[in-house]
Amino acid sequence: MELLTILLAADISGYGIAAIAAGIAALGAGLGIGHIGNGAMQAMARQPEATNDLRSNMILMAALIEGAAFFAMVIGLLVIFTK
Amino acid sequence: MFLFAQNAFSAGPSGKDGFDAGQMILHHIYDSHEWHVFDWKGKSYSIPLPIIIFHEEKGLDIFMSSKFDHGKSIHNNYMLDHGKIVFIGEDGQIDNLQTGMIWDFSITKNVFSLLFSIFILLSVFITISRRYKNQKNTPPKGIQSLLEPIIIFVRDDIAKSAIGEKHYEKYLNFLLTVFFFIFLNNILGLVPFFPGGANLTGNIAVPMVLASLVFIITTLSGTKYYWKHIFAMPGVPKPVLLILTPIEIIGVLLKPLVLMIRLFANITAGHIIILSFFSMIFIFGEMHPAAGYGVSVFSGLFVLFMMTLELLVAFLQAYVFTLLAAMYFGAALEEH
Repeated sequence: MELLTILLAADISGYGIAAIAAGIAALGAGLGIGHIGNGAMQAMARQPEATNDLRSNMILMAALIEGAAFFAMVIGLLVIFTK
Repeated sequence: MFLFAQNAFSAGPSGKDGFDAGQMILHHIYDSHEWHVFDWKGKSYSIPLPIIIFHEEKGLDIFMSSKFDHGKSIHNNYMLDHGKIVFIGEDGQIDNLQTGMIWDFSITKNVFSLLFSIFILLSVFITISRRYKNQKNTPPKGIQSLLEPIIIFVRDDIAKSAIGEKHYEKYLNFLLTVFFFIFLNNILGLVPFFPGGANLTGNIAVPMVLASLVFIITTLSGTKYYWKHIFAMPGVPKPVLLILTPIEIIGVLLKPLVLMIRLFANITAGHIIILSFFSMIFIFGEMHPAAGYGVSVFSGLFVLFMMTLELLVAFLQAYVFTLLAAMYFGAALEEH
């Protein structure tokens, strides 16, 4: 809360908030993609013969999570550009 | 890369307020009426593009963008104001009422890039398909042997696996077109000089058209089973349906929306990152020329790394877009 008030006081235009929000979104997406990478790597190590199938599913899942992060990025860009 | 760096340097307003990285990056991401090549001693050199405007009272007007002299001069009462065509009234000010009557059909940077990529796609694929028709059962030759594995990859790994053996052929044309269109334009966007460099797939209008096509095809090919699962999920109690049905309907619209945002944001983000690394050189160069030279080495290496990554992303985004489109088609066709 204190951080928020400092940011609000320092930067009324909202750039700071947009940056923080984009950072949090990136954090979430990073965690999610990390989990997928972890799961896919383990699965590939256990079943090397299924590697191709797992890889395409891994990319697909990563892309889906990425979509959520990109929503945040676009909102951040909108905050900057509409000022 | 050198050309690109020169390009970057030119875009910053030299002298006045110093180098403005944000403005330079935006300039390269947005569409424009001329193809900026480089600046030399304060003069900018660019390839002019045709401007086609239709004014509701004055009618059609076609001329080259070089008449505007980079936004400095007025031609037939028209002028470029921050990349947009505006109408200049009698008093020399921007006339907002008249500006509202302008319909801009110009061949801009993005439109030119679009036409260029269509030309490449058509010329390559028509030759290939002709060879398949005329010389059956011969080994592939030239560019055909490069593209055949990719076409088979799209057919087997995307269309067949996502839509299913029974219906995939009907959708293969669309999927192949979308795949190669996105892939080629992503790659062209990474080429820093003339025929490339336009941020076409990073312009929200282009992914929007592609995603709306996916939406239309999905909606038209939806089976009874598919619609039943959206409006009244079987085996779900009635009160729950009150919540579930709106969510499902939003989901139908959200899928193409996310498809659009993903492609747009991925490509735009890639361009922003590469341009930011170049901006670093000039930001440090303003502090001290030696710092600029020092940073340029690392910037160059980072850009090389990012460019390699972007080549992967160019393929990956084309793949993901096509795969998700195919999966939506597959879901719409599902029968039990």
